[in-house]
Amino acid sequence: MTAVITLPSSLDEPNFESVILQLAAVPDDAKVLVDARHCRFATPYGLTALLCLAQSRLEKPDFAPPEEETTASYWTRASFFKYADELYNMRGTVPRTRAGGDSDVLLEVTPVAKNEDVHAIVTRIQEKATQILTNTLDLEPRATMGFSMTLSEACSNIIEHAGRGGWVMVQRYNWSKRRVGRDVVQIAVTDAGVGFRHSLETSRARALADRWDDAIALENGVMNAVSRLSDPGRGQGLKGIRGWVHRFDGKLTVRSGKARIAPIIPDWDDDLPRQDSLPEFPGAQLQVIIPKRVVDA
Amino acid sequence: MTHIDVQSALAQSLSAPYHDLVTRRTGLAVRTLIERQLSGLADGSVAFLDFSHIGVLDCSCADEFVAKLMIPLTAEHPSRDGYVVLHGVSDGHVDSIEQVLHAHGLALVVLFPDGQARLVGAVTDVERRLWEIVMLTGGIAVEGVAAKTGIAPEEALSLLNSLARRRLVRRDDDCYSPLGAVA
Repeated sequence: MTAVITLPSSLDEPNFESVILQLAAVPDDAKVLVDARHCRFATPYGLTALLCLAQSRLEKPDFAPPEEETTASYWTRASFFKYADELYNMRGTVPRTRAGGDSDVLLEVTPVAKNEDVHAIVTRIQEKATQILTNTLDLEPRATMGFSMTLSEACSNIIEHAGRGGWVMVQRYNWSKRRVGRDVVQIAVTDAGVGFRHSLETSRARALADRWDDAIALENGVMNAVSRLSDPGRGQGLKGIRGWVHRFDGKLTVRSGKARIAPIIPDWDDDLPRQDSLPEFPGAQLQVIIPKRVVDA
Repeated sequence: MTHIDVQSALAQSLSAPYHDLVTRRTGLAVRTLIERQLSGLADGSVAFLDFSHIGVLDCSCADEFVAKLMIPLTAEHPSRDGYVVLHGVSDGHVDSIEQVLHAHGLALVVLFPDGQARLVGAVTDVERRLWEIVMLTGGIAVEGVAAKTGIAPEEALSLLNSLARRRLVRRDDDCYSPLGAVA
């Protein structure tokens, strides 16, 4: 019996929860078919989380690609199918050729599995991102280094703590019709590894805690720079990410296990600072959104 | 003074020619190489670590490389008698370096592109003031510092010794001098 997981038409960070909810009703060892036929839009978070979904299944899932040609073509240009082909049994055809890339994709779906992957990602993103960050988002040149640091720290966390490889993708959007009313850049860094709760199981924070769950582990790891290692220099990476996102009026969300926190919610968005008791999804999924700078009059 | 090109150490640490100091593993590899170079220097020598050709420096790498390079040098019983000065650093490098130094209660002398040396990291206002007096004078005894600041000689002595232990000034008998001033 194959369980069908239907993707929403818009696969972004909030809507991926509907995918996790459907998965929660399916036993870990059950065969699943991820049905993307009616999906029209996917963000970096959505695409990379789909790869995590496949990694988390005991049996290789099936995948029905988007029917709309432009959607499928974009997913190809974003390199989604390059990796999905290995993780899913494709049930249908997908565009094979990358038609000249996409200028808004700053970094295609890229695996993060070893140290040199992080170096390659930082090198590639600097080549492509500097112009967009400074010319399109009006960010100061110093912001480019913070942007690269955010990527490197988030990717390093996968290598250091996740216990298995993950994914990263970066994309620019024109959000002039949304509440923020300007261009944004989205970063998604996701994995299907052990997650914050398990990673911090041996930490001092865990030893001192009366209660221990995904939300408490997330808050310790993201907000309090707690690491599983007692070295005072540990935990600096996420602290640096929070500082950079806050400084550039961005938004940060992190999901792990059954919890999700939004440690930085800017004025241009609404969100819940902390959500408990969500349906379980393995690993950790981080999203950063940085908007175009508002120039003072 | 000894010049150490950090980019060269980075190139030796990686199989591909990258220019960014990112990840703990890279920081550890670069530190190991540089510690080996430092161990070959004479006691009391000053090593200038040149970041001119480094792109991004993230906090994890800065912690593993810069902070952990300084921890054994500033211990009560230091691993060796030597000094480290950073130069060729950008504003972005300073952000990362400052954050990790604060986490460990460390500080470093950084030579900025304008030619000015400044303290970066965990230093109090009074420590910074005394350090600047040492820099301006090129070398001064406790009594001179006490006279210039109005701080009691015993307190000035304690603060200057702390700066010397933290490898931010050099102590030669009764004189405290800037790093690099004495060959």
